[in-house]
Amino acid sequence: MVNLEIDRVSVRFALKGATVEAVNDVSLRIRPGECVALVGESGCGKTVLASALLGFLPGNAETSGSARLGDVELLDATDHELATTIRGRQIGLIPQSPASHLTPVRTARSQLEEAARVLDGDAARAATRAGLAPEHLDRYPHELSGGMAQRVANALALVGDPWLLIADEPTTGLDRDLVDGLLDEFRRLVDDGHAVLLITHDLAAAHRIADRIAVMYAGRIVEVGPAHEVLGDAKHPYARGLANALPERDFLPIPGQPPLLTNLPDGCAFAPRCDQATAICEERPVLTDDEHAVACHRPC
Amino acid sequence: MPPPVLTGTGITAGYRHPVVTDVSLTVRPGQTVGLAGPSGSGKSTVARVLALLHKPFSGTVEIDGETVTGYRFQAAQRTRIGVLFQQPRLSVDPRFTLRQAIAEPGGDRVEELADLVMLTGDLLGRRPHEVSDGQLQRACLARALALEPRYLICDEMTTMLDASTTAALVGVIRAYQERTGAGVLAISHDATLLARWADETVRLSAPPPR
Repeated sequence: MVNLEIDRVSVRFALKGATVEAVNDVSLRIRPGECVALVGESGCGKTVLASALLGFLPGNAETSGSARLGDVELLDATDHELATTIRGRQIGLIPQSPASHLTPVRTARSQLEEAARVLDGDAARAATRAGLAPEHLDRYPHELSGGMAQRVANALALVGDPWLLIADEPTTGLDRDLVDGLLDEFRRLVDDGHAVLLITHDLAAAHRIADRIAVMYAGRIVEVGPAHEVLGDAKHPYARGLANALPERDFLPIPGQPPLLTNLPDGCAFAPRCDQATAICEERPVLTDDEHAVACHRPC
Repeated sequence: MPPPVLTGTGITAGYRHPVVTDVSLTVRPGQTVGLAGPSGSGKSTVARVLALLHKPFSGTVEIDGETVTGYRFQAAQRTRIGVLFQQPRLSVDPRFTLRQAIAEPGGDRVEELADLVMLTGDLLGRRPHEVSDGQLQRACLARALALEPRYLICDEMTTMLDASTTAALVGVIRAYQERTGAGVLAISHDATLLARWADETVRLSAPPPR
């Protein structure tokens, strides 16, 4: 068991006449036996960060910084190295909208058995663990409900027994009972000594299982700390606004819109929407170095 | 003068086999009705019938006293009902800019509608793959409101959205209701959201095993 150490990782995409700054200076450590939730609105760079860790970025992406898994530098590893030693073996990925990631012309069983063969795993055990009955496995992806497709994706991610699981928006489109069942399953994995990186916009899900929550805004982590503190007593105005927008709280939106990632302000990216902003916010705030860290000149 | 109201009476509908049996539902002007129920209970099927997108096996839909006789392209009353879906990416032509998507129902009020959902100038020139789910769903809401529908049906509209965007879009819909007296049917599996959003909630039961 090793740690995943993400250190000042940035990802840029070169487009014609513009550069998209999708991930900016992100540092995060994930240890075995820990669940970290990465929350933020869609388009803030969460999925790009996960893709960078697994070498799934498109050709026009440029990365900088380092992401070390034990003594492997993930950002410099070749595709062959990632494919034979990392993906599925050390890091399992549950992709966004799993139904569209399954091969439509093959049954769930045939896909799971292939993964088990390549990764030296046990297909039947992975299926049972993910809550799949044998009759579900004989279905084709279009015959699976959203919840069942999610379980197949879980089984595929777990069959190689990776120690770190990256789950990208796994709760989208599932009803509450299925979400709770899925999150309990993740929690069991964490209690067994695995690590889970939960990428989500669902604060309730993050609150339910995460040990720590990292809040991302415009490609940057603006606040990270123990889950109950980040949701209950947020220091960054964006994190506070997000928590207060929940229907069980104020149900009021944060005014304004996130900035374009092609045209980020030099200072704090949230300042144009922030009612606390002053002249000092034209300088970029640095993420503090404590247990509950925040990148804000005027924290709440 | 018949009472202005959207009703479904004794709706049995499905795809070869019935998914929902004998469901009745009423949406009054200015009112927000929530529709809840577990996965597979037929929430979306009820939404599609009331949006006149799917013909029921039996039962009737009445809009402001008129009984609906045709569904899908044969429905004369279709423009009186706006619909929002769960996945904005599947409901916008990927070749359109957001401006074209909002103008699609045939309005010249693009700027005004974009303003309403807080989409700013630069975003309107982008295509769906260049914006986030939240921004695209804002465009879908602007498009749904373009013809000033009397009723709005939101089928898991907020599933892909973060808490702040959810609150913002519900706020836009409430303001529209206050201005026009439109009725809203809000479908969601999120009980907390419906408790906050809807005036009353109808619950569909789990499907019988087949």
